[in-house]
Amino acid sequence: MTILLAILALPLLALLFGAILGYASIRFHVDGDPIVDQINAHLPQTQCGQCGHPGCRPYAEAIANGEDINKCPPGGEATIEELANLLGREVLPLDAEHGEEKEVKMVAYIREPECIGCTKCIQACPVDAILGAAKQMHTVIVDECTGCDLCVEPCPVDCIDMLPVETTPQNWHWERPKPSVELIATSHQPHRAEVLS
Amino acid sequence: MKLAKVTSPHLHDRSDTSHVMKMVIVATLPGLAALSWFFGWGVLINLVWAWIVALGCEAIVVKIRKRPLGYYLNDYSALVTATLLGLALPPLAPWWLTLVGVGFAIIVAKHLYGGLGSNPFNPAAVGYVVLLISFPVQMSSWLPARGVEGAIPPGFIDSLKSIFPLLGNASVDIVTQATPLDQLKQRPGLTITEIWQPGSAFGRFAGVGWEWVNIGFLIGGLFLLFRKIIYWQIPVAMLGSLTVMSIIFWGGSGSEGHGSPLFHLLSGATMLCAFFIATDPVTAATSNRGRLIYGAGIGVLIYVIRVWGSYPDAAAFAVLLLNFCAPLIDYYVQPRTYGHNSGHNSDSDRSGDS
Amino acid sequence: MNRKLFSFPGGIHPPENKLQSLNLPIQSVPLPKRLILPLQQHIGAPAKAIVNVGDQVKKGQCLAQPQGFVSASIHAPTSGAIAEIADHEIPHPSGLASLCIVLQPDGEDSWCEAQPIADYSAAKPAELVDKIRQSGITGMGGAGFPTSVKLSPPADSKIESLIINAVECEPYITADDMLMRERAAGVIEGALILNHILQTRETLIAIEDNKPDAIAAMRRAVEALSESHNSQPHNIEIVVIPTRYPSGGEKQLIQNLTGKEVPSGKPPLHVGIVVQNTATTYAIHRAINHGEPLISRIVTLTGEALNKPGNYETLLGTPIEHLLELAGIDNQQLSRLIMGGPMMGFALDSTALPVVKTTNCLLAATNTEYPEQPPAMPCIRCGACAEACPASLLPQQLLWFSMGGELDKAEQYNVADCIECGACSYVCPSHIPLVQYYRATKGELAQRRADLIQSDHARDRFEFREERLAKEKAEKDAKRKARAEAAAKAQAAKKAAAALEAKEGGATKDSSDAKPPSDKEDVVAAALARVEAKKKAKADAAAKTQQQESS
Repeated sequence: MTILLAILALPLLALLFGAILGYASIRFHVDGDPIVDQINAHLPQTQCGQCGHPGCRPYAEAIANGEDINKCPPGGEATIEELANLLGREVLPLDAEHGEEKEVKMVAYIREPECIGCTKCIQACPVDAILGAAKQMHTVIVDECTGCDLCVEPCPVDCIDMLPVETTPQNWHWERPKPSVELIATSHQPHRAEVLS
Repeated sequence: MKLAKVTSPHLHDRSDTSHVMKMVIVATLPGLAALSWFFGWGVLINLVWAWIVALGCEAIVVKIRKRPLGYYLNDYSALVTATLLGLALPPLAPWWLTLVGVGFAIIVAKHLYGGLGSNPFNPAAVGYVVLLISFPVQMSSWLPARGVEGAIPPGFIDSLKSIFPLLGNASVDIVTQATPLDQLKQRPGLTITEIWQPGSAFGRFAGVGWEWVNIGFLIGGLFLLFRKIIYWQIPVAMLGSLTVMSIIFWGGSGSEGHGSPLFHLLSGATMLCAFFIATDPVTAATSNRGRLIYGAGIGVLIYVIRVWGSYPDAAAFAVLLLNFCAPLIDYYVQPRTYGHNSGHNSDSDRSGDS
Repeated sequence: MNRKLFSFPGGIHPPENKLQSLNLPIQSVPLPKRLILPLQQHIGAPAKAIVNVGDQVKKGQCLAQPQGFVSASIHAPTSGAIAEIADHEIPHPSGLASLCIVLQPDGEDSWCEAQPIADYSAAKPAELVDKIRQSGITGMGGAGFPTSVKLSPPADSKIESLIINAVECEPYITADDMLMRERAAGVIEGALILNHILQTRETLIAIEDNKPDAIAAMRRAVEALSESHNSQPHNIEIVVIPTRYPSGGEKQLIQNLTGKEVPSGKPPLHVGIVVQNTATTYAIHRAINHGEPLISRIVTLTGEALNKPGNYETLLGTPIEHLLELAGIDNQQLSRLIMGGPMMGFALDSTALPVVKTTNCLLAATNTEYPEQPPAMPCIRCGACAEACPASLLPQQLLWFSMGGELDKAEQYNVADCIECGACSYVCPSHIPLVQYYRATKGELAQRRADLIQSDHARDRFEFREERLAKEKAEKDAKRKARAEAAAKAQAAKKAAAALEAKEGGATKDSSDAKPPSDKEDVVAAALARVEAKKKAKADAAAKTQQQESS
């Protein structure tokens, strides 16, 4: 009799807890961002393709499928760290194969008198930031340019320059002060190489 | 003409770190004078020796860290650590005791953690605790204060010789005696009235000499408060909580008694701790309310350890334990920023704004 | 008179050093050789030049129009010719160049026709605000926010108090002090105009108690007003507040006078308060009652490198060297030239820069007056900075986050609420340049926000482009298919025609039979077209849903 009771009790309990769990999973369901969107949000959206993918979103998809997180030169170390945090992966140094992190943001400029109006750069631009038509002069909408470099290669007359974004009184900001130890003259100034070694 | 391109503010207060440190050293003078009067030259000799050791250690570490020497020695912080530790050591502590204590304080407790401003624990308290745990006998060998059963502190040469035995033997035997706090703790079932005999070490309120030493440090502390070198919250909270604890658990003058509030306020390292050690800003809590909590915690712990712990005095332990808590206190006790509902941006705050 | 004050946390008492520039009455300045007028002297979008090089302009003529809501116009400070419209270095902490109009005075100083508003009390508020906007008036206390914007509250908000900020808490500066001593009636008149525009319950003129002469002058002016305006009661009150830096900070002043706090990131309008600077109030009086746009201001010239310190009524655009010359500069002694006060002003690296609308003070300091700061020592966590902070921030924690570049943390600890008053740096015994760290962090945060917006934008454009390409490709494919079919059909028709011709060649009577097969062909073509249309509709629908999902 007791065995029967025990046998009965166990499935009942299982049912009960199963029901609770099932209810909880519906009741407290969280609509999280799909991981690809979250990864994409951390990528710099230059759409430069230096990672080997045609744009940031495809790379985000590849990362979600296990690709390394260190293939984005425009994002650089900061992006790698963010992605490592997000995905619980290890921080890797930037993969030099895909390019180097640039210090300053660049934008493309077309030397307009030299432009022959071939539209090749227009087709290459991933964010439609170049205006123009066949046999007409082209120009870059600077505010839309992500500085991805992709228009430079296709230009048959090499009339596109990548120039650093100009600092104006509007976008200028104060710099952080230098650490004071560097300001003090000392015979024992630690060299960078020494510190790194 | 060359115009300096510097950022505002262009105007600065005249105070600087070394000035703060110098003021702290100056403020120990009344206490130092009382200690020297009641316990003799040993106090001063110890102090000078501690300074030498501290400066030496500081110089060595700064050299090893390849930092500019003058810049770091100029802040006087090593001297403050040495002063506070030197004042807490027994008057005739052997030279190696000071060397170990101060060396540990400067090298391990201060510089291994990143130097001035980065150490999580008060170096003087760390040095003192290391000595107390490692060398309990030497650390509890106090001289009887001047006036206890006719005791007179030894002279300069004798003190010097007993601190540095290499210089020869002292001409008189040095008699040591437990401190009043120690005696209170070690009494075998005696009532307070029984051990509080006239002529004993207990004096009027809190031990011959000790009363004056503590009053000396109190005066120095008030001077620091007056000069706005320290904030009132920590000493007031600490002395307040110690007073409250000793009133609650007083227990009268029987064998169960734990001594009067006045006894606890004026004996041992109470005042030195309240105004000089606990107020070390580097290792204390930083907000006003945080300082109150921090100080009160130290006061409670001092009493708890003195009365129910196994050590007669507890200032250093209490300070170190609260040093542990300081970051936590700082995290939870934050002032409300202007224009916000809470200390730092929480979600509710943001939704309230939008 | 005995208004209850609420105080504010923190603050400091730096040496005031105001007396040296109070010995002389307001001085006039002879016309300089040329005037340099930056198109941006205010917060917001730069103005747009409406004159050309070579144009002759009259004094007070508009040279540049505002672009957008938050912007301000620029007027000719004197009559003359436009010599140049080009990039010039402007007085800005960055030391960068920006577009400026350069005016060559002709020495006539002849006015264009002034158009004052005869009776402001009869005018509509909107008309007055427009006049203020047309007169190019911006906040003259330091930040330079266009005044008309501040005076255009949203329709649903009720403005309770108007505060005239005559506190002038920065050391050395006495421009507002002198203005009140000599032209108190004008300031009061300006306050009345503002009150008419905003219809506030109270008008508070706040003055620090270290300016007894200005307080007396203002009180006399208010009394005179009470006597002359017997029929019209006014609600102006002079409030004397204790001297403590930065009591003139907008948020601190509001807290001090009303006990209210402006929520983080919101304008004072949000709590029903408008704050205007004294000099701005006076400029409003000139603009409305005399039709004079903002073309000059009072500048305090002070510092130990000058031997005739004082307040100078200066045309905007006047080169600083012209003023310094006038005030008896000792160029050998000058080591630091500061625009603004010693607490919040910034150092200039040239004396050729012009005076702009926000230039309330030029401080020509010697090396002994402001010696170079010794190198910073480590923070000893003394907490003096937190004690001095008027915004109740945690400067130490913010310092760690700023040094370590932890922008998220700094943001969480409200670095954005730092008003950059410099009180923390002033008291720091370790000489740490705290404010500079916070300024940098705020700048980096702003940069990051801008970058984020831009990257979101780029992502949208990229996705839109992908979609467009996919659509174009689909369309092309469909076209190609249609073409291929048409070609096939034409081929078939040709074949059929050829066959028919062959048949016709044999027997013409069969021609009537040619109909059924062609009918059949039509049916096939129609069916194919239907299928095609269906497919296309499906593809379109799919593309549409995809677009909806992605957006």
